[in-house]
Amino acid sequence: MIPMATDPSVLQIVWFCLIAILWIGYLVLEGFDYGVAMLIPILGKNEKERRLIVNTIGPVWDGNEVWLLTAGGATFAAFPAWYATLFSGLYLPLFLILVGLIIRGVAFEYRAKRPETKWRNAFDWCAAIGSFVVALVFGVGFANFIIGLPVAPVTGNPSLFALTPAPYFWQLFSLFGLLGGIVLPALFLFHGSIFLALKTKGEMHDRAKAFAEKIGLVTIGGGAIFLLWSNLAYGTGVIGWILLLLAAAGLAAAWWFVKQDRDGLAFIGTTLATLFVAVGIFVRMFPNLGFANTDAANQLNVVTASASPLTLTIMTWAAVVFVPIVLGYQAWTYWVFRRRLSIANIPDEPVNEPATVAG
Amino acid sequence: MVVRRFAPYDKGSRFRAMTSVDLARWQFGITTVYHWFFVPVTLALSMIVAIFQTMWVRTDNEKHLRLTKFYGKLFLINFAMGVVTGIVQEFQFGMNWSEYSRFVGDIFGAPLAFEALLAFFMESTFLGLWIFGWDKLPKKLHLATIWLAAIGTNLSAIFILAANSWMQNPVGAVYNPATNRAEMADFLAVLTNPVMLVTFPHTIMASWMTAGGFVAAVSGWHLAKLNKKSTDTVGSALRGKNEAAHRFAAAFGAWALIASGVGLLVSGDLAGKIMTEYQPMKMAAAEALYETEGGGGACANFSVLSVGSLDGKTGQTLIPLPCVLSFLATGDWHGKVEGINPLQQAYAGGQLVNPDNKLAQAYQGKLAAQHITDFAPYIPVTYWSFRLMMGMGFLAMAIGAWILWTIRKGKLPSGGTWWTAAMITVPLLPLFANSFGWIFTEMGRQPWLVAGVLGTSTGVSPGVTPLEVILSMVLYTVIYGVLAVVEVGLMLKYIKADIPVVETPRSRTRTTSSPSRTEKG
Repeated sequence: MIPMATDPSVLQIVWFCLIAILWIGYLVLEGFDYGVAMLIPILGKNEKERRLIVNTIGPVWDGNEVWLLTAGGATFAAFPAWYATLFSGLYLPLFLILVGLIIRGVAFEYRAKRPETKWRNAFDWCAAIGSFVVALVFGVGFANFIIGLPVAPVTGNPSLFALTPAPYFWQLFSLFGLLGGIVLPALFLFHGSIFLALKTKGEMHDRAKAFAEKIGLVTIGGGAIFLLWSNLAYGTGVIGWILLLLAAAGLAAAWWFVKQDRDGLAFIGTTLATLFVAVGIFVRMFPNLGFANTDAANQLNVVTASASPLTLTIMTWAAVVFVPIVLGYQAWTYWVFRRRLSIANIPDEPVNEPATVAG
Repeated sequence: MVVRRFAPYDKGSRFRAMTSVDLARWQFGITTVYHWFFVPVTLALSMIVAIFQTMWVRTDNEKHLRLTKFYGKLFLINFAMGVVTGIVQEFQFGMNWSEYSRFVGDIFGAPLAFEALLAFFMESTFLGLWIFGWDKLPKKLHLATIWLAAIGTNLSAIFILAANSWMQNPVGAVYNPATNRAEMADFLAVLTNPVMLVTFPHTIMASWMTAGGFVAAVSGWHLAKLNKKSTDTVGSALRGKNEAAHRFAAAFGAWALIASGVGLLVSGDLAGKIMTEYQPMKMAAAEALYETEGGGGACANFSVLSVGSLDGKTGQTLIPLPCVLSFLATGDWHGKVEGINPLQQAYAGGQLVNPDNKLAQAYQGKLAAQHITDFAPYIPVTYWSFRLMMGMGFLAMAIGAWILWTIRKGKLPSGGTWWTAAMITVPLLPLFANSFGWIFTEMGRQPWLVAGVLGTSTGVSPGVTPLEVILSMVLYTVIYGVLAVVEVGLMLKYIKADIPVVETPRSRTRTTSSPSRTEKG
């Protein structure tokens, strides 16, 4: 039998926060490239425009995605039982996420490799649909973390927890869960269209701006319902309401600034909104990790799911040294590719396209 | 939810029902073997491209820049597949093997987290800078980005191999009865696991053999094509330049193949001895050696080929290599090699797979509860995968030598069916040797997930239904199949294309105002 929950140690709290930070990094960074990818078929009217849209995220999307992989790896290392129960319990949703990540990743790398319109359109749809599916599933997923996924120890192995009843799939789609599945893609579209406006000039900029103004209203409306519902039904007290206000202020500011052509400030607005929403969710997930324990005597939480103090210590040193380094070179990448792009930057034909195959 | 018990291999009956464990194993096998079709080329080709670009930066010889661009493109096509199929790997431990993940996560999770934090960020970020930075970064800084990407890629191999080696030989760990799991005792011991120390060089050299074979084959094929092509289709100056570039690359690839082949022999020999020490059953299974041989003046032979029933029980060795197995396993031509039957008897009687392992010692009392009765892996797979791995490696080396001989002293290959066939097989042989090597390593570890500690059937997720696994397995297979067609099609297109004619990339200082070329590749 696992020892009963005591107070979490400092290391356990640090690692819970670090995992929250990795998730925030993922949601903020890959959030906009999901949005941009979903916009390829919506805002790109011809091949050149679609290439322009892809190129705004081309150098950075893969690095952004690693935040998710690191969050997964860190959960495995720091809270093995959390990783084990969550990943096996949400088998089909995770599978959908993997499919989404596979088709969008291949799309970015392969779309330019053949000149045929059919080929490129197919991959543009892969990028858009893949990004949408991932955003949708994570939206439903995070809403369910707020509700709390019911877990119980496995019969015959009280150290291992599984979602109950298993398989736990259709139960994910409550009204609140579905709302999460609408709000997160909307937020990413808002965030992404602002990023696109920030990174482009000329007609594409104007189109992205116009889209941001529209999707901004949807996001603000949907987000308000979601956050109010979340605080009323699954509240965390004063801190939850403060975070709600901050997130709302971020969204409103983003919408206001994008109208004023202040794209940089608007982007900070959606970034902060995403951050505050995520912080709110992780506050709610402490200390039960988004689970609702059905066995009061044997619970899965930040204490019982955690790795040993030695592993947490080793991981802490690695994080202290390497997270700043990663942040440094990722920031440098954004600096190198800081210039706005316009349709004039996109050559008529891809440079260095190999000569036609002889023979 | 009923957790199905592991049905011991019933070698007598040909058919038996698939259990959850079988499905999870098939899924892991399919997705991992497929993922590993792309990894070896990525590991070494990233380095080769970095070397080509370094040569260009140092010599300013256009030939090296053209090779950098040509192979860089092929590298990226391959890399993309490695990335997207790699994400599945990190997730499926938790998805299909939740008890395993819970039991080992304190040790096994750390290398995976390190891999993401140290390696994945580095390779993805700097590769993005390399692809899009040709016109934006100063020459030397741009060169640094491909090196950092290549180093990141190879760094990931260290961590994932440390994790895998721990499954073969769980060092640096203790059993904590309060949490009922393995816990870290010494992280340095995990990273310097003796299995890791031989597996890492073996894997890296296998990657070099694959990428070397790939480069030799692509450029070798082009040389034959250039030989046939009359000068009027291509300007003779350009033709000479193309030939020089491909000649250099073909020789580079073939030498890399042969040198890494020698390295594989040495590291493989060491790996055999380490395997005998920590997983004697796997060594016995590699040879289908049922009874102990060697020792006391006698020696154990290695069979190159044998015929008979597939299970090896009634096998007839056709080509024996006297005393080679003794040497391979122990380093002594008359060393004793334990057979499957005595090992099975000893393990069934409670002897530990590695009696000196601290984790196994502490966990000993729990082993019986896992109901493992058959301690041998499935012998036909281990026997044949071991031979296919080695045989394909040797054959690739022979073709590499033939390529070098053919293009010696300015000669050109005359092409023809044999040459084309050789060019097609020389990258595929080491690639499939990689697959068989891993199939041998992983199948040879059975019935264990963590050798001598955690049985495979114990590690599977109890809450996952066979339907979920079947559904995802079918869809993975379909998606992977489509992607394979797309990938191979692109590869062939870009392999057959002429080596690109390049203008020297504009440096950042000269062209700040000109439109930048941001299209990929």
